[in-house]
Amino acid sequence: MSDKAKPKVFSRRGFIKGIGSGVVGGYMVAPAIPKISRKIIDEIEKEGTNKEPLSLKINGKKVNILVEPRTTLAEVLRNRFKLTGTKVICNQGECGGCTVLMNGNAVFSCHLLALDAAGTEITTIEGLMSGEKLHPIQEAFAEHDGLQCGFCTPGQIMAAEAILIKNPKPSKEEIIDGMSGNLCRCAAYPNILKSIIAAAENNK
Amino acid sequence: MPRKIVKSKFFVEENEIETIGEVSAEKYKDWENNDKLKIVGKPISRIDGYDKMSGTAVYTFDVELPRMAYARILGSPHPNARIKKINIKKAKELPGVLDILTSENTQKIPWYNETTVLFDPHVRCEGDEVAAVAAETEQIAEDALKLIEVNYEELSFVISAEDALKDKAVKIHDSGNIVGSKPAEYFRGNVDEGFKEADIILEDKFTTQVEVHNPTEVHCSVAAWEGNKLKIWDSTQAVFGNRHTIAESLKMPESEVTIITKYMGGGFGSKLEAGKYSVIAALLAQNTGRPVKITVDRKQMNLIMGNRPDSVQTLKAGIKKDGTLTAMTLNSVGTVGAYPNGGGCSGPIKGLYKCLNLSTKEYSVMINAGRARAFRAPGHVQGTFALESLLDELAEKAGIDPLDFRLKNYSENDPISGNPYSTKLLREAYQKGAEAADWYKKRKSPGSDKGYLKYGIGMASQIWGGTGGPPANVTVKLNRDGSVIILGGTQDLGTGTYTIITQVVSEVLEIPMEKMQTIIGDTSAVPYGPQSGGSITAATLSPAARDAAEQIKSKVISGASAVLGLPEEQLFYKNAMVYTKDDKSKSISIPDLMNKMHEQMFVANGMRNANPEKYALNTFGVQFAEVEVNTETGKIRVIKIVAAHDIGRLLNWKTCENQFHGGIIQGIGYALMEERLLDDNTGKSLNPNFYQYKIPVIKDIPEIEIHIVSTGDKLLSNTGVKGMSEPATIPTSAAIANAVYNATGKRIRSLPMTPDKVLNALYSL
Repeated sequence: MSDKAKPKVFSRRGFIKGIGSGVVGGYMVAPAIPKISRKIIDEIEKEGTNKEPLSLKINGKKVNILVEPRTTLAEVLRNRFKLTGTKVICNQGECGGCTVLMNGNAVFSCHLLALDAAGTEITTIEGLMSGEKLHPIQEAFAEHDGLQCGFCTPGQIMAAEAILIKNPKPSKEEIIDGMSGNLCRCAAYPNILKSIIAAAENNK
Repeated sequence: MPRKIVKSKFFVEENEIETIGEVSAEKYKDWENNDKLKIVGKPISRIDGYDKMSGTAVYTFDVELPRMAYARILGSPHPNARIKKINIKKAKELPGVLDILTSENTQKIPWYNETTVLFDPHVRCEGDEVAAVAAETEQIAEDALKLIEVNYEELSFVISAEDALKDKAVKIHDSGNIVGSKPAEYFRGNVDEGFKEADIILEDKFTTQVEVHNPTEVHCSVAAWEGNKLKIWDSTQAVFGNRHTIAESLKMPESEVTIITKYMGGGFGSKLEAGKYSVIAALLAQNTGRPVKITVDRKQMNLIMGNRPDSVQTLKAGIKKDGTLTAMTLNSVGTVGAYPNGGGCSGPIKGLYKCLNLSTKEYSVMINAGRARAFRAPGHVQGTFALESLLDELAEKAGIDPLDFRLKNYSENDPISGNPYSTKLLREAYQKGAEAADWYKKRKSPGSDKGYLKYGIGMASQIWGGTGGPPANVTVKLNRDGSVIILGGTQDLGTGTYTIITQVVSEVLEIPMEKMQTIIGDTSAVPYGPQSGGSITAATLSPAARDAAEQIKSKVISGASAVLGLPEEQLFYKNAMVYTKDDKSKSISIPDLMNKMHEQMFVANGMRNANPEKYALNTFGVQFAEVEVNTETGKIRVIKIVAAHDIGRLLNWKTCENQFHGGIIQGIGYALMEERLLDDNTGKSLNPNFYQYKIPVIKDIPEIEIHIVSTGDKLLSNTGVKGMSEPATIPTSAAIANAVYNATGKRIRSLPMTPDKVLNALYSL
């Protein structure tokens, strides 16, 4: 690594530029670059330099990965981390099926570039579980049959949880309003509503 | 266990089929009504709930295998064209691309009743398959699609039935544009005489739209070869049907092909047949030596993965002054897309009412658009809308209440065959529904509300098959510890099949459901059962499940008889134990029994019994809709739906009620907002996405009240269950249309009833 390319602030660009010069082995002696795993180095060497590093928390766990800029958050969750609970239904941000929580807010993960989630805390349907135990809202959905085929269900539950986080005692109208971005083709809506009302009631 | 070979007739979707097969000949004691049963009829939470809630349920869309490659399909951008040349060189050179299939390098596997092949150089609709790419990642496969260069010779196209029926019309296929080259026709009695007898005759034209299924899980498959054996994870409603099609397409014995669907994200009929994509995935997997996952995107779902045909129905009916029907005729035209399918809708008019003189003529017309597929009650939804609307008009002309009019024309026997029904509780449904909906009080003079918000109530009746029939198998295996494994030849598309089958076995064996595992949707593991369509699953599988469970119970008693040294007549089975009638101290549990017998497992295969001969087998119902019409915006809001249905025995109130909700709300979508739109100039779809193809959201739900008036059809089967999933959606749009008339005094004869149509009806001169 050339002397000129010693980055003062550790920036994504600087890091990649440095590595891209081909003198990978030399990075070890450059003090400004923090420890990067061998795995990521191998990946860069294999995949080329069109990937950017990404650091975020998923279900409470901090992760550092490399992603192509065009990769969506949904793709990272499903393909990279095998968290297939989050479904992709329209892949265009029109149906809410891919809803996850980002810092407690409902977002459409198919419509969010993974890099735009940098530094945030993502919660997926799997993240609501405590080991094998269902979260109260998942239990409410199971009890009140808030699903039929179940494919839109993770998105419904995450959207519902986003409402309840901000508003633990929502009115029926507020629930309907908040859930109107989540499509269910089986049209299990009445029971979805019932489930969320029950979950809210349990929020003593 | 006694067996026999019999012929059985029943309806699957709109088709009457006749099977000849082995059935259980055992006549079990009729079950009592549900209030006397322990598990059946109870609102048991669905057993796949945990998997689906926790996010651990693996749908085909989620399946991942080691070294799996990803495939995507390139579709034609033109509604009608010939491929002159395909250049895949650039695409193949993209790093990560593994294989590309086109019409130039792929065997010509016949498809759609031999009207086309896997990759047809003549593409007949936007989205028609042109090529498929397998690559290391889905993204690379999609990038590669963009690099495939295709020279098309664009041809003239036709996208309306009217144009397709013209003499000089563009020919979709050499044989012409009418499926079967002629209309389907039906006659009974003498229609001319019938109209002569009529005091009042009305003739009207009704139109309905093309509706797209759009299940949430896209159509997808994962194909993996193990030597000569092919395994396909598929999102399908018909594992055995698909196995047959795929094995035949690849010229393989069915024993070498396995289809697996453990969980699927909806279907509504669009997944009742094998997809080209499954065969494409198998070929790509063969070429690359890697498992291949193929998916389509939401646009392709809207273009080529099925739809409900539209309809233009000219309906004519005559009645006497007292409301008795004397004659009815239906002339219908439905477009079915670029390849053959059925676009008729005469089921309701033929079967719902007593009318001795009837004729129907139905054209299924091909156009340059995506091919139709069966969609929740094919034909009946369109037909019921037109029929129930016209009958309301006739009732008004005769000065008779619409419900009284239906009762006047009630048919005690099947109008088509003359046979009695195994059960028909439509009258009870009318009564219960009218009472619950407060029908007679809420009826008002049409359009009589003052103010810009007008309210009204309307009703519509429904008929469907949905009673199922053989062949179908369920195998029950009782393990030595008293736990049970159930193998069912069926699949669960969200309807609750896993749960209801388990309930039936649990009811008979009195073993808790927690000690049972139910396996379905795997052709290598389960015995044959039919597709999950036509609302036949519960009616077909539940008796087979009961048969298997009763046989197991019988084996336990026989075994106990041998072990205890007592005749069977002195024993009885209760709660997974065998007791002696006289001496309560002499009893034996299943584990003890199996232990003493040195047995590991009792196995029994149950079969669906034969349908009773010379009976018509149908489900019936009625729905009452209350609406609010905003006469300033033209928007219709459905306030309440009261549904009363005859579905035989209810198996599970939770899953049943949920499906009624689903069918009714889908009916609202059909009535008010859904419509596939094609551009007249380009022949391309204007709304192949969720943003512009509007389906109901949670804001659109009305208050819904469901009443089941039936307790069980004893003649039909040993469980007396009839289907309900399609009945749930059939009358909804008709009831809403009739309610809109009651509210506004204006009849809208075209679906969907969008605001523009409402405003035109209200204010045009």
